[in-house]
Amino acid sequence: MSATVQRQRSNLIEGSTGAWEIVIGMEVHAQVLSKAKLFSGASTAFGAEPNSQVSFVDAAMPGMLPVINRYCVEQAVRTGLGLKAKINHVSVFDRKNYFYPDLPAGYQISQYKNPIVGEGEIFIDLPGGETARVGIERLHLEQDAGKSLHDQHADHSFVDLNRAGVALMEIVSRPDMRSSEEAAAFLRKLRAILRYLGTCDGNMDEGSMRADVNVSVRRPGTELGTRCEIKNVNSMRFIAQAVEYEARRQIDILESGGTIRQETRLFDSKAGETRSMRSKEEAHDYRYFPDPDLLPLVLDEGWLKEIARNLPELPDEKKARFIREYGIGNYDASVLVTERELAGYYEELALGVDPKLAANWLNNEILGRLNRDGLEIADVPVSAAANNRILKLLADGTISGKIAKDVLDIVWRDGGDPAEIVRTRGLVQVSDTGAIEAAIDRVIAANPDKVEETKKKPKLAGWFVGQVMKETGGKANPQLVNALLKTRLGLPEEG
Amino acid sequence: MSLPSSLLDLTLAEAREAIRLRKISSRELTSAFVTAVEGARSLNAFITETPDKAFEMAEESDRRVAAGSARALEGLPLAIKDLFCTKGVRTTAGSNILSNFVPPYEATVTQNLWDSGAVMLGKTNMDEFAMGSSNETSHFGPVINPWRARNSNQNLVPGGSSGGSSSAVAAHLCLAATGTDTGGSIRQPAAVTGTVGLKPTYGRCSRWGVVAFASSLDQAGPMTRTVRDAAVLLKVMASVDTKDSTSVDAPIPDYEGALENGVKGLRIGVPKEYRIEGAPPEIDSLWARGAEWLKAQGAEVVDVSLPHTKYALPAYYIVAPAEASSNLARYDGVRYGHRAARTEDVIDLYERSRAEGFGAEVQRRILIGTYVLSAGYYDAYYARAQKLRTLIARDFTNVFATCDAILTPATPGPAFAIGAKTADPVSMYLNDVFTVTVNLAGLPGLAVPAGLTGNGLPLGLQIVGKAFDEETVLRVGRAIEVAADFHAKPAAWWRAA
Repeated sequence: MSATVQRQRSNLIEGSTGAWEIVIGMEVHAQVLSKAKLFSGASTAFGAEPNSQVSFVDAAMPGMLPVINRYCVEQAVRTGLGLKAKINHVSVFDRKNYFYPDLPAGYQISQYKNPIVGEGEIFIDLPGGETARVGIERLHLEQDAGKSLHDQHADHSFVDLNRAGVALMEIVSRPDMRSSEEAAAFLRKLRAILRYLGTCDGNMDEGSMRADVNVSVRRPGTELGTRCEIKNVNSMRFIAQAVEYEARRQIDILESGGTIRQETRLFDSKAGETRSMRSKEEAHDYRYFPDPDLLPLVLDEGWLKEIARNLPELPDEKKARFIREYGIGNYDASVLVTERELAGYYEELALGVDPKLAANWLNNEILGRLNRDGLEIADVPVSAAANNRILKLLADGTISGKIAKDVLDIVWRDGGDPAEIVRTRGLVQVSDTGAIEAAIDRVIAANPDKVEETKKKPKLAGWFVGQVMKETGGKANPQLVNALLKTRLGLPEEG
Repeated sequence: MSLPSSLLDLTLAEAREAIRLRKISSRELTSAFVTAVEGARSLNAFITETPDKAFEMAEESDRRVAAGSARALEGLPLAIKDLFCTKGVRTTAGSNILSNFVPPYEATVTQNLWDSGAVMLGKTNMDEFAMGSSNETSHFGPVINPWRARNSNQNLVPGGSSGGSSSAVAAHLCLAATGTDTGGSIRQPAAVTGTVGLKPTYGRCSRWGVVAFASSLDQAGPMTRTVRDAAVLLKVMASVDTKDSTSVDAPIPDYEGALENGVKGLRIGVPKEYRIEGAPPEIDSLWARGAEWLKAQGAEVVDVSLPHTKYALPAYYIVAPAEASSNLARYDGVRYGHRAARTEDVIDLYERSRAEGFGAEVQRRILIGTYVLSAGYYDAYYARAQKLRTLIARDFTNVFATCDAILTPATPGPAFAIGAKTADPVSMYLNDVFTVTVNLAGLPGLAVPAGLTGNGLPLGLQIVGKAFDEETVLRVGRAIEVAADFHAKPAAWWRAA
């Protein structure tokens, strides 16, 4: 992956007074995959009884002190390395002070001036095979807050502190995205990288990945416009909607002679619009200062090297290798590397068979069925090894493509060994010329009128192929049927 | 050993021997102190007395002694500053906002004491959240110093913020007490009550379970009647703690064993910046006498300079309130502590709970701290104060390149009358002028009683040492103690009351 790829196509949107460019930056909060919280030993499991996973530290009891969780630091470093970013050997935890009932200490421990990870980058795939670079400004570690529950009682609010103190990585992008599609592609790619690294499960439904989207518009080639931050956009679909709505809102204001007020806005997914939350003037003064309970975080070079050594192959490298080693196309490779499990599945599937056949099989047959059944690749009912056996039976001519799909359906539904199914159900492909010719003879004899028609209109040969396949219970080798039919009907070889 | 006429006159080390040798039982000793505590309520030294717990612990100690498994502090009754969280025992920090708070956990320092067999008599009064130098900011009322000026009935302050502890130790209501010191809160009260107070190096004792005032400055330490007792207690209180990231894993030497090694050959620095205008002449003469005592015992006394001393108090009154404003944000009435009744909404709940829960001095410091951290003021105040802190620490490093310890007065004057300085916070803050530098630099400091003023009030000297060199500090303190031969005791006027 080389330097920035210039976008070939235009992302400009037309207003009533000319073209506008959307500029998007993102702040993504990704929950660190860790059994324990950032500064306490309490569990992070999702969905527990309210306030059942709260230590004295999380509840900010008097005299309690935070102690950094080494594993969370390791996860942040791993993520930084995955984003090809600079790892800061010394970083500092600061207190961000504000009052809120779900923030027990009255401050959030975060990193302000000296984050653990500095500049990095992500490459996103654009339609038409283009690639764009999105700069990463920084990644820092911070605590999550608890949750206020306003719907439990007529005149009381409740607080659940299970989430309080859970480790988050705040990943801040440069304002390098130019369309809602790019914003969604960025988030998808970031999610894929985090999931490859095993540093965040990327589960947006459970809130383990949340995005704040900064949107501004400008005339092409001019300075950046005033931005609005859209808070907590919690699905891929909403990101596109929120960006589109917000850009249009800003363009309408500017085109009618107004100015954009820098503010924080909230996306209302039901109404499909963004609404003002607070202006810049109403923004909190967080009174950041270094947390005196924590020493500066100093990372050992040897430890960093060890983490780097054990980094998994990431989507971009894997995609490049798939194209190089398997000779598959850019699109197929892009699809296959979206999930680490999927890519792994592919490599097992492609063992000893035509990699392109394997890619087609996976993209069309397996993903199609998963999609139909609403399953993830992790839940696939037929193993890569079983599919590999099906493809080998197909490749050596034991079964036809049609039968291969039937076998997949059987195994998908009932399980079992493909070779066993082919044998016991007598699905072995008939490549015996005599048997096929006999079937052809029977079909021709029964349909003399069709024979005449076909001689005038050779395309109708397809009908005969179908009849012969039916006659042989689908087991006849289709290529052989084709060839023999053509000879028998006196049709030209080509066509 | 021979026992004194009253068990209350035993030092901690003597009581340790008496129990070990089974000359007395912990129960007898505890009983004597429980009675003394009950008879001294007019001093208001305790917020919470725990006689039942004390007897329970004493009986366990007596069983241990009988079984031959006595520990370092077996059966020795102590008083605990009410800033240390004690499991199942109300811990108020001297504040209304925590007046109903019972911690479900035990501070590391007190746990260390109980694990060594010590007995808890109760929780001592203190300035609210340790903010004060006279114990007058306590929600539970001021503490009275057992000392009175000659021919006077005027009540004096016991210093602060560990004023309940200093008063209790000086009045022989316990063998020793714990204190905490953020700007002088152990040393200043010790000095004005004729007792010994040691602020260890920052990181020597765990802060876990100690209600935080200013996290980068707070440090727990012993308050005793002798230097030896301070050495004995520190050995037990000190520990590295995985629950406190700022505690330090440095060897904990045998402080007691090194006490009598003398000061021969030590270089003691006398910093000229600690001579301040307007201080009573007795302070300077006592200081000079202290230097002479050390010289007479073979130390070399040299003039040194700590040029940034004058910035210490202003820097302290930026850093400490800044940290406090954040540390005290958790007292919001939501999860524990005082909650205002019938509030309109959550903002009203915060505002009224905190307005009712915090006293004037705490509110003042929260306001100062919030101000100095605010956008646009951070660089002018907090960032500059941190730079000054670095310079002050460097001053000490430079002096310690050629000196083993530094000798200074502990306070600018003796105990003052209750109410004398409450109207002027700055004059109150000046009490800590000799002690805050040590907190800003994170060094160990010891206050040792060294003499009396003309009208019979105690004065102390301070010994400052290198980081984690409490051993030398205690040795020098012991030399002063021997030379001063300080045996004055306050008349027990309160018992009649």
